[in-house]
Order: sequence, then structure tokens, then C-alpha cells
Amino acid sequence: METEQTALGRFSAYLQISPLVLILLTFLIAPMLVILLYSFFKFGPFAMQVGVFTFENYIRTLSFDSVLWGSLADTIRTVAITWAITLVLGFVLTYYLVFDVIRLRIKILLFLLAVVPFWTSGVVRMIAWLPFLGKEGLINGSLMGLGITDEPLQFLMYSDFAVILSYVHVLTLFMVAPLFNVMARIDLRLVEAAKDQGAKGWQVLLYIIIPLSRPGIAIGTIFIVALTASDFVAVRLLSGGMSGTLATSVYNQYAQSRYPYSAASGIILLLVLLLFVGGIMRLVDIRKQL
Amino acid sequence: MSAQKFAGEGHSRGYYIRTGIFFAFLAFLYVPIIVIGILSFQGPSGSLMFPIREASFIWFFEVFDPKYPGDFRMPFARSIMLALIVMVITTLVSFLAGLAFRRGFKGASLVFYLVVISLIAPPFLISFGLGIGFTGIGLQSEWWSGALAAHLTWTLPFGVLIMFAIFSRLDHSIEEAAQDQGATRWQSLSYVIIPIVAPGILAVALFGFTLSYDEFSRSALVTGMNNTLPVEMVAVRGTAARPSLYAVGTMTTIFSLLVITGTFLTLALLDRRRGLLGGSKIAEGEIYGKKLGDEVQSAK
Repeated sequence: METEQTALGRFSAYLQISPLVLILLTFLIAPMLVILLYSFFKFGPFAMQVGVFTFENYIRTLSFDSVLWGSLADTIRTVAITWAITLVLGFVLTYYLVFDVIRLRIKILLFLLAVVPFWTSGVVRMIAWLPFLGKEGLINGSLMGLGITDEPLQFLMYSDFAVILSYVHVLTLFMVAPLFNVMARIDLRLVEAAKDQGAKGWQVLLYIIIPLSRPGIAIGTIFIVALTASDFVAVRLLSGGMSGTLATSVYNQYAQSRYPYSAASGIILLLVLLLFVGGIMRLVDIRKQL
Repeated sequence: MSAQKFAGEGHSRGYYIRTGIFFAFLAFLYVPIIVIGILSFQGPSGSLMFPIREASFIWFFEVFDPKYPGDFRMPFARSIMLALIVMVITTLVSFLAGLAFRRGFKGASLVFYLVVISLIAPPFLISFGLGIGFTGIGLQSEWWSGALAAHLTWTLPFGVLIMFAIFSRLDHSIEEAAQDQGATRWQSLSYVIIPIVAPGILAVALFGFTLSYDEFSRSALVTGMNNTLPVEMVAVRGTAARPSLYAVGTMTTIFSLLVITGTFLTLALLDRRRGLLGGSKIAEGEIYGKKLGDEVQSAK
């Protein structure tokens, strides 16, 4: 190719990417920088002092007796449980779609049925648990009707249980889609060769399917961890103020107008997420998987 | 190519267990929303729970009645307007970005990381930061400004990643073949590239529309005085929950389902038309172009 044309090509590539970069710099990076700035503003005695800088917010947030550690532990616990459930469930569902369903039309239909709710309202799907899990909800109603329990189970609604149930409900698709993407590309001849060599079903699963699914697991994990760790909607609608994840404490401090503290915990949450996702991206080349 | 062969000769027990799990999951996915649908027909004296007392349509009417706290008309309209704007911007910007990534440029991986950050950044922080930003420059954030900005940070990563995936499956020799035949850049774009990636563009539009339409977290602090539908629903859920909340939930879900069905029908139609207009020719061209490219490579 002529160099003139490549130079022109390069120029138009920059032109084509510039809207995206401009939008993300103004609407994503700039707001994050504003938050970073806020996280260093002095708070108190009565309000935030704009322009007075201090490390105190971080020092207090990271001190031993800070609520941060509790909420961080709470976040890690919630994320880990959600991740484990969506991983196992997502894996089984995808395995079924890819290997058990033979006819292409049915495969596509079932896949669509599994992912369509992704394009519907998450808020509605969270609200939808109330008639099930509530004190007078369907589950308690049937349990008591059948004489299994005498009084309504309290842990169903406004609890960590409800929150995690809702995460699994809304987020499993984020595991299924990337897993499907990689699992559907596994060469079946590999599996047959292993079978011919006398490999058992679990060996095929353990030494072929799971290793080859790793990139899908990685991408799914990024989604699940990021979305769970930074959620405050399910917590607000379904935990009844019981759950104290890091994202909730960012929100609560904001609601109490303690902006610098909210900003500092927010930055810490962001850093934790970036480190985690950066680590995964070092392990798996995501760009190759797209 | 029998896939069952290793899934355990014939239909093993594992197969039936997985089938059971899959359909149980589908039930888990859909039953709550169906229940909400049923409860929307609650009677005037009924509560948010079963049983239904004197089934009626009154809650659907209340959704459109300005007298009640749950007057969802304007939020509905705003959410649709906003989703349309977000959809158009997302589709255009993602398509252009896809072209740029395809051509390659210095700093491409940096932009890619920026996109990933946009995907994982806590929604509340984006909303918070944008809210402060707007106040800082002396503006009141509104649904069509602050919320629009916030939504783009969520829809663009999806749009760009989809376009990225579509373009990376598209052989470079296609454009080369078109250009060898004397097509200008513009012609090869509008007659070759765009028709081939049209389904992908439609998919990006669907993501752009629905993700914005349903977004709550990023809107939370930046819709100003006029709420979008998800923000209004959460607000009402917190204070004055009445069965009209279920009615609006049912309606918005049906609306989303219509949008999704419409998109897939268009996709199917596109596919058929392409078949009639010689979609196979495009495929042939793809194969031919690839061969040509290989020959050029080996000649070098």
C-alpha cells in the first residue's frame, strides 16, 4: 500500500475513534477525577470545605476501627457467594445448551429464552420478588398452608438471602453469554479423541471442557464481580437496610451529605475493582476472545 | 458429529438432571414477572400480595392518572425519549469506533482499557461525579443532559465490544476485493461493509435502547427534577407502593418485550432479504476475496 494512503487511513482512524474517546473522557474520566478531588476535601466541623485539602478522609476511612473493613468483608462475602452460584449454574446451563441440545433451532430458541430478560427492567425484576418472599408472600403462604412452618420465615424478604437471590436472578445471564461464546467453539473432535483414548466423562470435563472455557469464565467473572460489588439497588429494595456492602456505604454517606467520605470510599471501591479486573485481564487476553 | 457421544452415551442421567436444571432456571427467570403481571389485575381493595380481590383494571388506569403519586406518564415518555437518543448516539459512535479498531491506530489498547473501565466503574460514582460536575459548571443536571451522559458510559462499552467482535470476524480481504474492483472507500463502506455488519448494528441499537431505558443506578443522582421511569419506580416503591407499581412494571416489561421481538423480526427479515438479494453472493465474495488476499500474500 502507498504510504500516503496509510497516512490518510491512520488519520481517519483517529477521526473515527475520537467521538468515543471524547465521550468517555468527559462523561467517565472527568467525573471520576472530580470524585478523586472531592475525596481530599476537608469535612467538618459542619460541612465540606471546598478547596481545603486533607488526607484525613482516607486515613479515617482506612483506620483499624473504620466501618470500611466490615463493609469490605460484607462485599467480598456477597460477591463470592453470588459468583460461586452464578458460575456453577451458568456452567451447567451453558453446558446443556451447547452439548445436550442437538437441534440448532431449539438451541437458539432456548438461548434466547435464557437471555431475553437481560433486555428488560432490572428494577421490575427486583420488585417482582416481593409477592414471593414477603411475610404474606407465596412461599410463606404455602409453607404455612402445608403446615411445614407455623409462622412466616423472616429471612426470606429484606435479607441477604433476598439480595443474593435477586443477583442470581438478574446476573446469571452475564455468565451464560460469555461461557456460551467460548464453549460453542470447542472442537468436538478433541472430546472424541479423548473418549477414544479411554477418558471418562468427568475427565473430559475436567481436562478439556473446563480449561477451554476459562476465557469465558474470566469475562463472566469480571461482569459478576463488578456488577455485584457496585450494586446498591438490590440492597436498597430487598435488604431493608440490613446489608452493609461497600457500595451501600458509599451511597449512605452520600445521602448523609458526607460527600468527602463517600468519595473516598468510592475511590477505594473503584481501585479494588480495577486491581481485580486488571489481574484477570493479565491472566486472559480478553480482546482475543471477542 | 454426535455431541451426545461424550455427554454420556445416549441420554445419561446427567442429561436429564441438566434438562431439569435448565427448565427450572427458566421458570425461576420468568415466574416472578408473570406473578407481577397477574397481581396487576388486583381489585380496588386488594394489596400488593395475593389473594386477588375482585380483579380489575383500575391500577392500569391509575398509572395514567395525574391524581395519584404513581402517575407514570411523563417518566415513561422521558425514558423512551432518552433511550432513543442514547440508542442513536451509541450506534453511531460504536460503529465508527469499530471501523477505527479495524483499521488499527496507535493507542488502540489504551482506548480498549478505557472501554473496560467504563464497563466496570461503579454506576453510583458516575452519577455522583456527573452530578457534582454539572453543579460545578453552574448547570442543573437533567434527564436529557446528565442522565444522557451517564447512560452513554454504560451503553457504549457494550456497543463498542459488539462492533469489535463483529469486525474482527470480518476478513480484511473483503474491502481489498471491493477496492480492487474500483470501489471508492465510501462505496466499499456503504455497499459492502455496512450490509454485512447490519445485524451487528441492529444488535448495538437494541443494547443502546434497552440498557438506557432500564437504567436506574446511573440515573439516580442526575435526572434532576424530572425522573425517568426506573427512578420513579424505585422512589414509589420506597414511599407509596400500590398495585399500580405492578401495573407499570407489567407495562414496561411488555414494552421491552415488544422492542426485543421487533428487533429479532427485523433481523430475520434482514437475513431473508439478504438471501433473496444474493446473500450467498456476499459469502462467495468473502471466500473469493480471501483467496485473492492469500494469493497476494504468497506473491509477496
